[in-house]
Amino acid sequence: MKTEYKIIVDLIEEKTRVLDVGCDDGALMESLKKNKNVDVRGIEISKDKVQTCVSKGLTVIEGNAELDLKQFPNDSFDYVVLGQTLQAFVNPEIVIKELLRVGKKAIITIPNFGHWKVRLNLLIKGTMPITESLPNDWYNTPNIHMCTIKDFVKFSKITNFKIFKSLALTNKNISNINNSNLFYKNLFAELGIFLIEK
Amino acid sequence: MNIKENIKTLVIEKPLKLDCGKTINNFPLAYETYGSLNKNKDNAILVFHALTGDQFVTGINPVTKKDGWWSYAVGPNKSIDTNKYFVICANVIGGCMGSFGPSHKNPDTNKIYGTDFPVITINDMVNAQVNLLDHFEIKKLFSVVGGSMGGMQVLQFISNYPDKASTVVPIACTSSHSAQNIAFNELGRQAIASDHNWSDGKYLSNNTLPDKGLSVARMAAHITYLSKKGLQEKFGRKLQERDALKFGFDADFQIESYLRYQGSVFVDRFDANSYLYITRAMDYFDLVKQFDGNLSNAFKKTKAKFFVISFTSDWLYPTQENKDIVIALNAIGADVGFVEIKSDKGHDSFLLDVPDFLKTLKNFLDKSYLER
Repeated sequence: MKTEYKIIVDLIEEKTRVLDVGCDDGALMESLKKNKNVDVRGIEISKDKVQTCVSKGLTVIEGNAELDLKQFPNDSFDYVVLGQTLQAFVNPEIVIKELLRVGKKAIITIPNFGHWKVRLNLLIKGTMPITESLPNDWYNTPNIHMCTIKDFVKFSKITNFKIFKSLALTNKNISNINNSNLFYKNLFAELGIFLIEK
Repeated sequence: MNIKENIKTLVIEKPLKLDCGKTINNFPLAYETYGSLNKNKDNAILVFHALTGDQFVTGINPVTKKDGWWSYAVGPNKSIDTNKYFVICANVIGGCMGSFGPSHKNPDTNKIYGTDFPVITINDMVNAQVNLLDHFEIKKLFSVVGGSMGGMQVLQFISNYPDKASTVVPIACTSSHSAQNIAFNELGRQAIASDHNWSDGKYLSNNTLPDKGLSVARMAAHITYLSKKGLQEKFGRKLQERDALKFGFDADFQIESYLRYQGSVFVDRFDANSYLYITRAMDYFDLVKQFDGNLSNAFKKTKAKFFVISFTSDWLYPTQENKDIVIALNAIGADVGFVEIKSDKGHDSFLLDVPDFLKTLKNFLDKSYLER
């Protein structure tokens, strides 16, 4: 299992209701079902991936998070998970609000644009960074709102949501992010994982 | 051969109060089954047919001698696997393949009903068919499945009998018949009524058939089942067995010839009055109104697992109308999956060889069956 998924599974309590937004091929959903006995639903934009999920016996609706979260009532899930897609939305602020309306808590993971390789890429080459986790050119990337771990922490203060837990993934190692190490985590972590609340 | 020999019929003795106010009893319900019911009686799937379908879902239809209407989806190892499931399908009441309908004789007058037959609804159809569960001593169906009008019956069934199915698969349908669809149905009905031979519905007593009218109704409806792209790709402006236009009103174009053919074969197997009654039932279908404007309430009592399927090129029951069902279910936290299948084959996609659809339906049913 991807380390990212392992961290998310660990963050989620047993027998809860979970919505996986952008559930991809359902790998995280399967693992949540197996390890945490949760009632898990998914939303996925790709028809092929929805069909893959159905073939795994997962409950998934084809849809777009920006349009389709609306149909879920307030607090209908204990957790809403958004894995590495916040940066692809037209309006991330509205999406986060929707996640926290539909879910009591939300788990958001973001590819860290503050990683030293990204910074170096731009500094040396003078072109938009292309890395393993960000493989697209500027003109064809779905990631229109990239941010850094530091940006996300700042964003939480501006838009008034609480970060309950923040974790950094660096070379498959998991560590906590706090005020004193934020500078380093923002430089070295590939991924930030945040458990947030209203 | 006597057609009736090939038709299994259950006589429903229990009175059924119809939405129109009349009560019927001792009426025939024709049905067919495929596969076998297991010992626990928990592998049964009730399939509901669409407007012009019948109980002969798959294999050779013993009356028309053609393939059953859902042969692509139902059969051994197919989406609805008859090696695994016990498939039941009944001809809807109002229909013309053995179930109580307008071509039957009114025992009180000894005359064929014609338009004296009571107007029936989707709700009435479903309430008639639920008797099949008692007949087979099935407490709970594994699934209820149907496309188009069959999908409407699926929705009505689970709303009326929330504990009687574990999974629910409405395909290419709606919870409330749209103005556009009512309009198309009215076009068909008027085509039939305009045929002199229809004789206010008394054609069977007069030994005539409104086959021209019924054929035009079918031609018009058939266009709505296809997509513009599908038609263009299949027919384009291709000419029918000629090299040039004939400057007349014969079928110059292949599409004309195709539609005429569709119309002509339809009249051999379908009753014009049944066409009126069944299209009326579809038009009257409004599950949203039945629940005072809140569709979610239709599904509040059921714990069933839903899977809604629509098709990209279906403009008769477009994705949004199918999605409204999904939205209503999500609003009450029901277990619902949804996929829109990519296909150029229009509304008819659910009846045709559309591999993504057939695979997805199979996966949903088989996985749900394992986890039941």
